[in-house]
Amino acid sequence: MTLYFLDTWIWKMAWRESRSSRGRLFLFISSITLGVAALVAIQSFGESLEREVNQQSKSLLGADLVISGRGPFSPETESLFQTWGGEQAREIRFSSMVYFPEGEGTRLVQIRALAGDFPYYGVLETSPPEAAESFRHGPYALVDERMMLQFRVRVGDSVKIGDFTFTIAGGLQKIPGETMTETLITPRVYIPLSYLDQTGLVQLGGRVGYRNYFKLDPGADVEELLEREEPGLREHRLRSTTVKEQKARLGRSMENVSRFLSLVGFIALLLGGIGVASAIHIHIKQKLGTVATLRCLGAHASQAFSIYLIQAAVMGLVGATVGALLGVAVRAILPQVMQDFLPVTLPFEVSWVAVSQGIGMGLAIGLLFALLPLLPLRKISPLLALRFSYEEKETLPKEPLQWLVYGVIVMVIGLFAIAQTPRWIHGVAFTGGVVLVFLLLAAVAKLITLLVKRYFPVSWNYEWRQGLANLYRPNNQTIVVMISLGLGTFFITTLYLVQSTLLQEVSLAGSGDKPNLVLFDIQSDQREEITQLVRSLDLTVQQAVPIVTMRLASVKGQPVEEIAEDPASSVRRFLLFREYRATYRESLIDSEELISGTLQPRVEDPSDPVLVSLEEGMARDLNVSLGDSLVFDLQGVPIETQLGSTRKVDWRRFQTNFFLVFPAGVLEEAPQFHVLMTQVHGPEASAELQRRVLQRFPNVSTIDLALVLDTLDTVLGQVAFVIRSMALFSILTGIIVLVGAVVSSRYQRTRESVLLRTLGASRNQITKILAIEYFFLGIFAAVTGVALAVASSWALAFFVFEADFVVTVGPLLLILVVVVGLTLLVGIINSRGLSDRSPLEVLRAEG
Amino acid sequence: MSETSVLRVEHLTKTYRSGERTLTVLRDVSLSVREGSRCAIVGPSGSGKTTLLGLCAGLDRPTSGSVALNGVALNDLNEDELAQIRNQYVGFVFQTFQLIPTLTALENVMVPIELRGESGVRRQAIELLNQVGLGERLDHYPAQLSGGEQQRVSLARAFINQPKILFADEPTGNLDGETAEKISDLLFELNEAAGTTLVLVTHNLELAQRTQRIISLKAGSIGSDENLVRGTECLLP
Repeated sequence: MTLYFLDTWIWKMAWRESRSSRGRLFLFISSITLGVAALVAIQSFGESLEREVNQQSKSLLGADLVISGRGPFSPETESLFQTWGGEQAREIRFSSMVYFPEGEGTRLVQIRALAGDFPYYGVLETSPPEAAESFRHGPYALVDERMMLQFRVRVGDSVKIGDFTFTIAGGLQKIPGETMTETLITPRVYIPLSYLDQTGLVQLGGRVGYRNYFKLDPGADVEELLEREEPGLREHRLRSTTVKEQKARLGRSMENVSRFLSLVGFIALLLGGIGVASAIHIHIKQKLGTVATLRCLGAHASQAFSIYLIQAAVMGLVGATVGALLGVAVRAILPQVMQDFLPVTLPFEVSWVAVSQGIGMGLAIGLLFALLPLLPLRKISPLLALRFSYEEKETLPKEPLQWLVYGVIVMVIGLFAIAQTPRWIHGVAFTGGVVLVFLLLAAVAKLITLLVKRYFPVSWNYEWRQGLANLYRPNNQTIVVMISLGLGTFFITTLYLVQSTLLQEVSLAGSGDKPNLVLFDIQSDQREEITQLVRSLDLTVQQAVPIVTMRLASVKGQPVEEIAEDPASSVRRFLLFREYRATYRESLIDSEELISGTLQPRVEDPSDPVLVSLEEGMARDLNVSLGDSLVFDLQGVPIETQLGSTRKVDWRRFQTNFFLVFPAGVLEEAPQFHVLMTQVHGPEASAELQRRVLQRFPNVSTIDLALVLDTLDTVLGQVAFVIRSMALFSILTGIIVLVGAVVSSRYQRTRESVLLRTLGASRNQITKILAIEYFFLGIFAAVTGVALAVASSWALAFFVFEADFVVTVGPLLLILVVVVGLTLLVGIINSRGLSDRSPLEVLRAEG
Repeated sequence: MSETSVLRVEHLTKTYRSGERTLTVLRDVSLSVREGSRCAIVGPSGSGKTTLLGLCAGLDRPTSGSVALNGVALNDLNEDELAQIRNQYVGFVFQTFQLIPTLTALENVMVPIELRGESGVRRQAIELLNQVGLGERLDHYPAQLSGGEQQRVSLARAFINQPKILFADEPTGNLDGETAEKISDLLFELNEAAGTTLVLVTHNLELAQRTQRIISLKAGSIGSDENLVRGTECLLP
């Protein structure tokens, strides 16, 4: 097929031919504008983020190197550190309860006891700013600022940590390399290391992290240093983190976020594509006569085609460029929307790569979707000029090349999705999902028109019949409106349902007589007293579980260090060197199910083999089967065991679950702490118990399920806010496509309304007919969107989250009402004036 | 083929198929039209007039038979070659005018020549529009012109490429009596001045009688072929 892009007459004709339809073509522009805006905003945001993470990488770690371990550094390690030169800072971190005497509240936090000048790069952002320095020189604490607001405490108030009361020197706003969302779960509290002992909290058996921050001498090579010291560090079970690793970790998670949002934005662009196809379709149908005449006058099929292709391309380019400019503006506000998730502060800058990619993608999608109605133009017979009537009954001829275009569209979606997702299978799944939802919406629309036609309610009154019949009459917009509105509804509803299912899952976990308060870090000698304290408040101890921490020493006779070095081994390093928190008991609990072997209840004789039970996934990951030997290292003491059974564990239960379970009779004398679970009724009872526990046992921490729910709600709320902001582009695009569809059908409706008025219909009747048509369009689209959302959320709940699916009818009804209302509003606003025009004026114009 | 025949139609049949049913609109029609002559095709609705016109002008393809226009066998040409033939040799006047609504009168007239990639046609187009009495309405859009005025623009457009043959499909069918008469006068005047062959499809016998030959179609076949002038330029095959 020859295209005539160099022929100036074609360009001239394209310009002249657009004269009467520029308004409508403007809608075509708008359809892709928002999608391009979303893509440009997200991509340029992602690029800035990557650049900032690179540039600010040292301040993301706060040091050149961090060495961390689970226990105090040994004298050998300490002397090793001294040989590295430069500056050092020390931090000990652990979870603990804090008590605010002024606010009368308790809360589980992460305590960080700090000595030295950390951070060496970047700053601890505090309010007032000088607090970041001043808290180091006395009995002061820096407290998470949001927590201060929550408990209504101010700078100068006090916070009790363990046995010691600190004065709050300032509110903590930002820590290098940590996002606000991370600190939401366990808020941070910094205290000087020199006061740690006075809290009396760091005892054997608790989970305490030790970190040393290094600012190396200028010119020192971190990589070289680590390579040299690696064996020593490993021997002491110490972990190193370099700036490079931190950068990679943050970069990866940030990249995932921006890629995910790109996909959400891309959906807006695809929806815009539907708008383009619909706008061009209507545009072309009104040009059939012109094309046929041109063909009669000697225009080649490709010449006529090129005229409209150029129009689409130019309009697409304008739309994409406007979208890119809008995207740049959105990019400026995006950091505010996402500030809680960002580890760095982002300055505003324009990414020309993102702008040109966005314009390219917008143009490509616009053109591809425009090609669908454009291609049949090549088949328009000049004979049509002889037969053409102004009734516009003509439908576009079938064109097999359209299938090729459909194929290319799916391929473009697929390639884009695969490029945006870490695994290709996710990209394919995304493409499949998008295509499926589009097809389902189109199929339901088709089905509805068929059903309405087949079972037409002949007994309804005239306005209702006329309004309903508009859904299937020639030139109807049912499919386009169903897809655009249905997809928007589907999006919002799915987001809502998934969020509420996740929340419901957690709150269900603590309903009925299930425990909803956990007390942990209980020392063996405190256990009895705490049990009595709980009982004294008329509460029952529902679970009391001992926990012993240990590490793996060897698997199947091979030391873990050797396995780690063995290139043939597929066992992940992390599993070999992690800390295992094991419990011991005689039987399974109700969240467990035996998969293989038998659970050894008790080791009666010290010479008997110890048969441990592993969670099935863990056994698989460690590549062990029944009878294999596992040696654990319990603070230097080797414990020889064999794998006696594997269990399936329901981790979703709000209770203590374990990868590793020992039989009774082995670990009773080992250093251990205990977890106790109870059920409290209401926030007052919970606060009372927590306060009493904290007063008498400051080392014991508590987690209230209500707090978990609250935190989860906030985190999900923040995530949903960001996703919704991006989904908004799709919804707005949906509205533009709806407006486009309504405007397009307005031409048909005008003629119809005039004929009806000529025949004696009142204005009121005409408005009513239109309102009824849009009401049906709205309700069908909304119901389909909601139904698909319920189905897909159920699938997500069932297959991905493995949660019980819950639907609350109220909010869904609200969504239905809003969507139907919006459709009616757009329809009525656009049709305004339709019944005001004089019949004569319209009939004359129709010629 | 006669050297002087500009259009030669032989055994032309056109059948439409709709599902199981076939409908023969033209049945074994043969005729020849001499260069510079004027002939009319008449017949009742559904007799195949417009179908015959479409086939003669290369707008459609016959089921069987052949059409040769200015000595070129249309059956052998592809769509683009047919378009080129139309652009070079053919002019059209339609019942519904078929002006391009987004182009001004002047632009509409220029289209056939601009399509060839030629420029400098403006003066010629203005001259033609002056001839049809629309010299003052060059920049008006079709919607701003009356039916008669639109058909005059259409006439100017039909003659701009100096066609060998002009096909006119009910050129006065959409016009009132007085306007129709003016348009047909104009059509014949322009035709005579240009020496173009004219093939006119019409219901209007009065109009048909202004030509030299009347071919009457009946149910897809030629019912009669009447020479109105002795020593006619029209030829029977």
